[in-house]
Amino acid sequence: MTDHLIEIHDLGKTYASGDSRVIAIDQMDFFIDDGEFVTIMGQSGSGKSTLLSIIGAMNRPTRGQVCVDSLDLYELTNEQRADFRSEYMGFIFQSFQLIPYLTVLENVKLPMVVTGRKNREKNEMAMAVVERVGLGEKAQRLPDQLSGGEQERVAIARAIVNRPPIILADEPTGNLDSQTAGEIMELLRTLNREGHTIIMVTHNSDMEAYSTRTIQVADGRIRRLASGV
Amino acid sequence: MRLHNISLGNIRRRKAKMIFLALGLIIGISTIVTLLAITETMTQEIEERLNKFGANIVMVPKTENLSLNYGGIDVGGVNYEVKEFEQKNLGLIRTIQNAKNIGVVAPKVLGAAKIKGKKVLVMGVFFEEELALKTWWQKKGKFPDNSGQLLLGSAVAQVLGAGPGDTLSVDGRAFEVSGQLLPTGGAEDNAVICELESAQAILGKPGKISMVEIAAFCRGCPITELTLQIAEKFPNARVTAMKQAVMSKMQSIEMFKSFSLGVSILVIGIGALLVMVTMMGSVNERTREIGIFRAIGFRQTHVMQIILLEALVLGLFGGIAGFVLGNGAAWAIIPLVIEKGVFTGINYQLGGMSLLMSAALSLAASFYPALKAGRMDPSDALRAL
Repeated sequence: MTDHLIEIHDLGKTYASGDSRVIAIDQMDFFIDDGEFVTIMGQSGSGKSTLLSIIGAMNRPTRGQVCVDSLDLYELTNEQRADFRSEYMGFIFQSFQLIPYLTVLENVKLPMVVTGRKNREKNEMAMAVVERVGLGEKAQRLPDQLSGGEQERVAIARAIVNRPPIILADEPTGNLDSQTAGEIMELLRTLNREGHTIIMVTHNSDMEAYSTRTIQVADGRIRRLASGV
Repeated sequence: MRLHNISLGNIRRRKAKMIFLALGLIIGISTIVTLLAITETMTQEIEERLNKFGANIVMVPKTENLSLNYGGIDVGGVNYEVKEFEQKNLGLIRTIQNAKNIGVVAPKVLGAAKIKGKKVLVMGVFFEEELALKTWWQKKGKFPDNSGQLLLGSAVAQVLGAGPGDTLSVDGRAFEVSGQLLPTGGAEDNAVICELESAQAILGKPGKISMVEIAAFCRGCPITELTLQIAEKFPNARVTAMKQAVMSKMQSIEMFKSFSLGVSILVIGIGALLVMVTMMGSVNERTREIGIFRAIGFRQTHVMQIILLEALVLGLFGGIAGFVLGNGAAWAIIPLVIEKGVFTGINYQLGGMSLLMSAALSLAASFYPALKAGRMDPSDALRAL
């Protein structure tokens, strides 16, 4: 259909709130190309996280289209979208969102549980990614035995272990001090340079510097489409 | 790393919650096991007690005549053409299909003889078998232990004015009275009882048997079927089941079975409800986790598998713990609630059933929570982040 990796047409999302309706996303049209590092910026309640969940094939829009690799995501069934997420998307959630009863290595292996890979391959791939984010020594630790920065690294390792083309990150540095946040952003930039398309939601304008493009969102609409560094 | 690692990891992490969840199953299964063990002991106890009431099958020779006797009052001169049994054929009773259900076989020869000029009823028995049946017989003196001794019924002793230690002549043969029965209210009050062989000699009926009383252990065996099997072996006999005794036995057992079934269904229902409520709570608490699973590509069926695997593990644990606890409780409770009651031992078949029941119950009760978890919309779940 197009040459763009992600294409969004006339996107709209409203939520029912009691008797009234809240417009979260309104008439959005934009595209993201393969290899971009896009920052979606906006104040709390601006609709940026809703936009990320719609792009992530998790939240059906009220109207409009989201196409990834020419595939209309919301024409797929729930289970097909689950398979799509497993293959195409890596998620970095706000506040890390690690499974507390699984070790670092197990958390990283989690997205591979539903793939057809053999155990040995899973172990090798997961260990390689854990070492890549600098946590090889702590692979058998539980999340609560790690610092905030280390937990964020585990979340990043989990997002990239299946080698997805797209990484979606929701406020990845929101719970980190500025030095650790800088390290994490450097890591994301490296991943972007290695070929991952990254879409990051943040309200911190300092993070804009790491991206190739910024989409400014306010009241559910795009206010600015700008090129980054 | 597979789905079961996630299930086991969650069980390990939420120990208290999981123990609470398994507790519903443990209480349910242990109650059922305890109840069944108590019912089993009660059933055995009742059976044992009822079996002590004596014979429940009577075999007499076939006759075309009707007895004109009611409550010991004979009202008619009916001539019996009695075809007696051959003693040598008695062994056939223990060759029937349900021979294992045959307990005591007590043959008797009956006839009249003269003592002190009076006609009295003489009954020849094997004392060992007879006393096993008539556990309620009480005596003065002792029971005969050789063929030269006899036992007097209470009424006969009174009429003859004889008692233990006396010597009586029965149709010209001398017998020592070893003992005297206290009144029983039964036919034996009017009889002189001696060893079978001696009676056969006195009555001129060597090798003959007038009637046979049989005690059959009827747990799970159809008494009518037993009588038919015996009648087949003795075409000239009328074999009658004393249904009243049997029916009361069966009714008592059935009543206990119905009671335990009712309580079991109630306990299973409560257990299932408890598991479902707890599992539902657990799913709600894990909304965040489920949202993450769904977001990173888990299908509905994967999430359901995780929940159901947990339910299966807890079900098996609850089954084992409930079975052990139930047997322990039965062992402790039975002597308190049943006089002379003893725990009948561990029933491994029941153990297997407990495991299966507990696992099935846990899976069935967790199915709806698992379905709810599987159907959870990842965007809704993630809003809870």
